Amino acid sequence: MQRIGVFVCHCGTNIAATVDVKKVAETLGHEPGVVFSTDYPYMCSQSGQDLIKNAIHEHKLTGVVVCSCSPRMHEQTFRKACASAGLNGYMVEIANIREQCSWIHKDKDEATEKAVILGRAAIAKVHLDAPLTAGESPVTKRALVIGGGIAGIQTALDIADAGFEVDIVEKKPTIGGKMTQIDKTFPTLDCAACILTPKMVEAAQNEKIKIYAYSEVEAVKGFVGNFHVTIRKKARYVNEDVCTGCGLCTEKCPQKKVPNDFNLGLDTRRAIYIPFAQAVPKIATIDADYCTMLKTGKCGVCSKVCTAGAIDYKQQDTLVEQEYGAIVVATGFNPIKLDKFDEFAYSQSPDVVSSLEFERLMNAAGPTGGTLLRPSDGTHPKTLVFVQCVGSRCDGAEKGKPYCSKICCMYTAKHAMLCREKYPDTDVYVFYIDVRTPGKNFDEFYRRAVEEYGVHYIKGMVGKVVPENGKLKVQASDLIGGRQLHIDADMVVLAAAIEPDETARPLATMLTASMDTNDFFTEAHPKLRPVESPTAGIFLSGACQGPKDIPETVAQAGAAASKVIGLLAKDHLTCNPCVAQPDEMMCNGCSNCEKVCPYGAITYIDKEFRGPNRTTLIRRVAQVNPAVCQGCGACTVACMSGAMDLKGFSNKQIMAEVDAICR
Amino acid sequence: MQGVKEKALALLQSGTVDRVLGWKAGEFFYDLTPAVFTTAEEIENDFVWSAFSAANLSKYLIQESRKGGKVGVFLKPCDSYSFVQLLKEHRILRDHVYVVGVQCDGMCDIDKIRAAGCKGVTAVTEDGDRLRVTTLTGEKTVNKQDVLLGRCTVCKSKKIVEFDELLGEQGEELTSARFDEVAKLEAMTPEERYAFWRGELSRCIRCNACRNVCPACSCEKCVFDNHDLGTDNKAAADSFEEDFFHIIRAFHVAARCTDCGECSRVCPQHIPLHLLNRKFIKDINELYGVYQAGADMDTKPPLMNFTKDDCEPSVVYERGGAKA
Repeated sequence: MQRIGVFVCHCGTNIAATVDVKKVAETLGHEPGVVFSTDYPYMCSQSGQDLIKNAIHEHKLTGVVVCSCSPRMHEQTFRKACASAGLNGYMVEIANIREQCSWIHKDKDEATEKAVILGRAAIAKVHLDAPLTAGESPVTKRALVIGGGIAGIQTALDIADAGFEVDIVEKKPTIGGKMTQIDKTFPTLDCAACILTPKMVEAAQNEKIKIYAYSEVEAVKGFVGNFHVTIRKKARYVNEDVCTGCGLCTEKCPQKKVPNDFNLGLDTRRAIYIPFAQAVPKIATIDADYCTMLKTGKCGVCSKVCTAGAIDYKQQDTLVEQEYGAIVVATGFNPIKLDKFDEFAYSQSPDVVSSLEFERLMNAAGPTGGTLLRPSDGTHPKTLVFVQCVGSRCDGAEKGKPYCSKICCMYTAKHAMLCREKYPDTDVYVFYIDVRTPGKNFDEFYRRAVEEYGVHYIKGMVGKVVPENGKLKVQASDLIGGRQLHIDADMVVLAAAIEPDETARPLATMLTASMDTNDFFTEAHPKLRPVESPTAGIFLSGACQGPKDIPETVAQAGAAASKVIGLLAKDHLTCNPCVAQPDEMMCNGCSNCEKVCPYGAITYIDKEFRGPNRTTLIRRVAQVNPAVCQGCGACTVACMSGAMDLKGFSNKQIMAEVDAICR
Repeated sequence: MQGVKEKALALLQSGTVDRVLGWKAGEFFYDLTPAVFTTAEEIENDFVWSAFSAANLSKYLIQESRKGGKVGVFLKPCDSYSFVQLLKEHRILRDHVYVVGVQCDGMCDIDKIRAAGCKGVTAVTEDGDRLRVTTLTGEKTVNKQDVLLGRCTVCKSKKIVEFDELLGEQGEELTSARFDEVAKLEAMTPEERYAFWRGELSRCIRCNACRNVCPACSCEKCVFDNHDLGTDNKAAADSFEEDFFHIIRAFHVAARCTDCGECSRVCPQHIPLHLLNRKFIKDINELYGVYQAGADMDTKPPLMNFTKDDCEPSVVYERGGAKA
């Protein structure tokens, strides 16, 4: 029989206002095995912990029940307190009478009765508790960063700076991400490439960083400290070690009509290409969808002109296997597709462009060499209309996104300002629902667009854009002026909402990391653990976690890196001792547990058993690797015979809890 | 099907197998019971293949395949599904088994023969699709179709999914009306359904025949016998908990039950236990796509597998859980 102490916490008035804590302590004191029962205003305080420690000594307690808040809050606190008093930390059970009782009830009698029942269940469980000792698992001192945009690059640089090996996996042929496509950055208006490319080069030159460009994560196994990742290096049809990046092939390739995705299809490139001049790694890639040689076997021009002999039409995807201690997700964002917003005539007129396309039209390395020209006829636009919140803050999520994309107000102000600065003869209108400019020097930036650059900001939405005689007839409402506006525009720029990259959802499944309904990765705690995923060892960097501008992304990238460094700096991680354990005598050998184990912790062996009359029986039985098992318990419910059990949460304990509740 | 007994003899005599798993008569000619034959003499005297060889022999192979040597076994189409399911769960050592697939045109139910007006039955012989029934008062004939076991009237498949040798023609999967009975139960109100199952399950005497005969119920130790776990007395405390024995058993064999129908055949209280399992099969088919346990070695059991197409848990509400 255990000697159990029960400690009922008031949590100030959080619990005590709805639960009669004295009565709970009194009632639970009469439960079998309970030798001491008391209540206290704050059990988690130092004096509260001392109360538990003293009771352990005084009453020779072998088990402790704390009726308090969720075990997610203070289970560790009470385990440590008990351990310091010589009682194994796993002899402590928490009855959650706050989140699951006082906070959700109004009637004090009912809440008190429920608190007693929850306490009873915890007491029933303590009766069957056994001391557990945590083991240790080693940490692979190498990190993986998935996504090579500014978030991924910054995270990798910071991790490498601390002396740890780090790999970047980027699905595009070059790292750099969205920032490579941006012209100028707010609020300082410095050139994006000028601040990004040094970081790209630094990443490439850093001997601690290995870049897997044009590669994707194929499979992830393992757990924190010990991830086993398969990376698919897609075939470039160019030998990476030989290609010098001279670019001759990209000039000679006869297939000229490939839409240039770097310029968002505003111009064309060749079938063999280097996305842009500062690409890292600067290696040519053959676009298999357009290469005549790969499609028909006839051409081979690039191979002939390549002096290095780097072209390899027979190249295949290769799989790289690598061990990592931590994984950082930095998969970024994309603007949404605008085909559902036909009222803005996006698919009808080439002069209606998205904001990212506008960036390319303003960029010196873009299709127009940095001169703003209408895509339709190459003339200078005189009247420009910017429409904000296209797809952001939509009520019904059918057409757009319910959230604010956050960056659009600022980049639209930037676009409007740049337009007026470069081309003072232009008329620039911005239609907005609200202008949201929190951030250092952000509102000043927006005020400058309005006050110094004379941008016409109009509160209201554009209802319709109709292409007519080379003009775009814009119908809009001015909510403050209370009138309808008709503007003959030369160009319309749509601030498209941003959404997580389409690779994020399958990646989350691979990583068993959780996502919200918009496919943004969920953080472990929205306020206190913003760069960690709830899945141990998975960290979040940049817009994969929510819309972010560059300064925020870089800050979060550094934060994620510091969390990774904190993990990799450890030689060992303390394992969770609550792991699965099979009863070999009951195991049927059916493999059901092996099939459902998400961590690959279960294997089967043929084992000799002693049969009747000195015979030997060979039976197939399950084995659990306790260093790999994460204690999720999926195997215990898959096991028909109940041979698989979870230490600390045994089938019998759960049954006892249910019995205590139903009593 | 002719020549089953001859085949058993030939397998033993040729040395293909060391022993044969088949059927022999019990106390009465119609209560055939599984038996292992090790000599030609035993086969000559006792081996019986008849319209009453209903017993599914696959479960016995869990033990028999581990006794060394090779055991020959006769599997009807429905039995072969149970056999494959057990192979899939690593319960039978395939290398130690020689499977003779036996085509089957349905097994007979002695109670139905009696109900057809044959009292004091002493022998039954097949004559095409008629049965010649010898009784103490003379001979009668009945249509075999009219006296088939319930499960055989809605036979799901004539395909023998795994065999080393075939007796008779390989058959095909059939379109069966086996879910009609389940649909009738589903059409009831919760109160009617509850009353129906209380009525049926209250007859249970916990003889465990259903569990002992079920090929999917083959745990080293059944949870209902597990004193350590505390589950043993859970299903025996009162008659209401008694009902749970069958419901929990149905959960344990869900997605593993091949619908061989042995549970209902052996129940001395004539409880239609197969309906519980069939309800699970119907639900799985509807929620996760059509799945037949034991149909092959490769498909992943839907309850042990996750795909992105799996229904969301909210389906429980859509299917009426919220209303109840």
